[in-house]
Amino acid sequence: MEPFKKTTGIVAPLDRLNVDTDSIVPARFLKRIEMEGWGETLFFDWRFLPDGRPNPEFVLNTPGYKDASILVVGRNFGSGSSREHAVWALKQYGFRAIIAPSLADIFHKNCFENGFVPVFLPEERIRELMRKAKEGPGCVLTVDLERCEVWDEEGFRSTFVVHHDPETHEFRRLTLLNGLDEIALTLQQGEKIGDFESKRPGWLTRAGSEK
Amino acid sequence: MFEKIWDAHVVHREEGKPSLLYVDLHLVHEVTSAQAFEGLRLAGRSVRRPDLTIATVDHNVPTTDRGLPIRDEMSRKQIEALKSNCEEFGIQLYGMESDRQGIVHVIGPELGYTRPGLVIVCGDSHTSTHGAFGAFAMPVGTSQVEHVLATQCLVQAKLKTMEVLVEGALPAGVTAKDIILGIIGRIGVDGAVGHVIEFAGEAIRALSMEGRMTVCNMSIEAGARVGMIAPDETTFEYVRGRPYAPKDEDWDAAVEAWRGLRTDPGAAFDKSVVIDAAELEPYVTWGTNPGMVVPVTGRVPDPASFSSPADRAAAEQALVYMDLKPGTLIQDIRPDRVFIGSCTNARIEDLRAAAEIVRGRKTHEDVRAMVVPGSTRVKLQAEQEGLDKIFSEAGFEWREAGCSMCLGMNPDILAPGERCASTSNRNFEGRQGKGGRTHLVSPQMAAAAAIAGRFVDIREWEVA
Ligand code: SF4
Repeated sequence: MEPFKKTTGIVAPLDRLNVDTDSIVPARFLKRIEMEGWGETLFFDWRFLPDGRPNPEFVLNTPGYKDASILVVGRNFGSGSSREHAVWALKQYGFRAIIAPSLADIFHKNCFENGFVPVFLPEERIRELMRKAKEGPGCVLTVDLERCEVWDEEGFRSTFVVHHDPETHEFRRLTLLNGLDEIALTLQQGEKIGDFESKRPGWLTRAGSEK
Repeated sequence: MFEKIWDAHVVHREEGKPSLLYVDLHLVHEVTSAQAFEGLRLAGRSVRRPDLTIATVDHNVPTTDRGLPIRDEMSRKQIEALKSNCEEFGIQLYGMESDRQGIVHVIGPELGYTRPGLVIVCGDSHTSTHGAFGAFAMPVGTSQVEHVLATQCLVQAKLKTMEVLVEGALPAGVTAKDIILGIIGRIGVDGAVGHVIEFAGEAIRALSMEGRMTVCNMSIEAGARVGMIAPDETTFEYVRGRPYAPKDEDWDAAVEAWRGLRTDPGAAFDKSVVIDAAELEPYVTWGTNPGMVVPVTGRVPDPASFSSPADRAAAEQALVYMDLKPGTLIQDIRPDRVFIGSCTNARIEDLRAAAEIVRGRKTHEDVRAMVVPGSTRVKLQAEQEGLDKIFSEAGFEWREAGCSMCLGMNPDILAPGERCASTSNRNFEGRQGKGGRTHLVSPQMAAAAAIAGRFVDIREWEVA
């Protein structure tokens, strides 16, 4: 996973609550078994009209927002299905970070797995940012994960967390900064896993085999 | 209960880091696994415990004649990919031709893989279903699927706990589905984010295992990744004798251990909600998330009645999408389609309950209705009981097992603008097909809607 330190980019506003992962990547695209090519499926049914033309009302189709790399959203974004394709799509489309008052749990965890930075700000700061971003594609923000701060040139500045639990925040911040491979880390505990397995009661290990 | 299972599965713990938890059972399906297996291959890693991993195809399989090749090229490729991945890594697969195939959350329990006290993971958000057995069952994304394949462990910080007590007896005509819809309506779709829900109380205890699975299944629709119910005699009776359940002396040892899992009286929870079962009614969703729900006797709400501007805007958007007017009586809403299926409500008991409503009647001329059993075993059992005849004679389509129109991946989808009464778990925009409109209900309510051509209060239904 690629490390993340800092990014500066245009903010696109998606002012909706409880956006679900079916809306982020509709199920019919999930047949693909590849790792790439998900950016095109992002918000597909919102981005395109039934006849296939881009929907002029949708924010990412407004000139200027196309190149946005930071998305600001409403409460409980990423709810519903566990599909990690939702994070792949956001990332491969070009987003580097998502600013939200809260995210759904599975989506939140999937962000960490992909080096996609969740930025939690208080509701009133989100509203301020949403207002600014909606005024036009001129809202350019910097997300600095080392300092855990976001700011723009016009005086907006706020600290943020990537998780509301302070311990998890610090742990995840470091794994994002260093782009650590979680599987490699766990495999270092191989001996402990083996010990644990050898201590399981017999009735438990025998179940699951058909006799 | 959650703490006991958690503590018994910690492999490694370090200050300031999430714990490493051992996984007893890993369920795999075709949609969230291909990229995980690919990741393993790219890194030259193997599957640590193929014997604790089982796979099936459900999300993307056709529910029509299985003798024919799959027409959709991409679907076929995805299903073949799972097959070759399972062969390569030595994993048991219940494929399309198996009589044990089915929705992953239906076959785990029915084959006896799902048991109390286990840590279970699956790359699917409705993994919480297995919590009905007093297991800690957690949904994960594809990266964690890969992680569990490689290490048999899950990296997870401890969750907060929430108790939902459903006190008293459930009124007639009110089902497990209505319990969970009622709970979500009350606490909201993000009411339990960050928490494990433990469902308890008299109304929960009185439920069958099928009913308990329906309740736990939709925990994620309240924002919780995990829902649990303490195991009791009902649980043990369900597990006993299943193909992969413990046998003989092992069974006795297992039951003794399972009895110790119950939550100690007076245990503390981070949050608590008490619901009076007597106040629950049959519910119907009106909007585009499961929290947008009212009793069948109610009306579509007026967005102006919501206090926060964000909720008001969400309700307005939902009504536009659903093509509904504020104040419309729920019983005046007329579905075009009826779907009885999904991991929420397609077990044998659900099909029996729906068949009871349908018996000797005909579906309404404006309604196209279908039944998709949760697993091939459920299908065969239903056929043995003659339920398929009851449905077919009434005009329902009787299909092969799979997820089908729950998520609209295979050819079973709604046309744009079509309105569906569905026993599934999500009424998101486009969930059952682009532009489709979903109303979530219990199997009985769905069956009655198929016959009446509109939503009806099942409490007033006369069984023929
Ligand atoms: S039936 Fe629906 S909710 Fe259940 S696993 Fe399949 S797609 Fe997911």
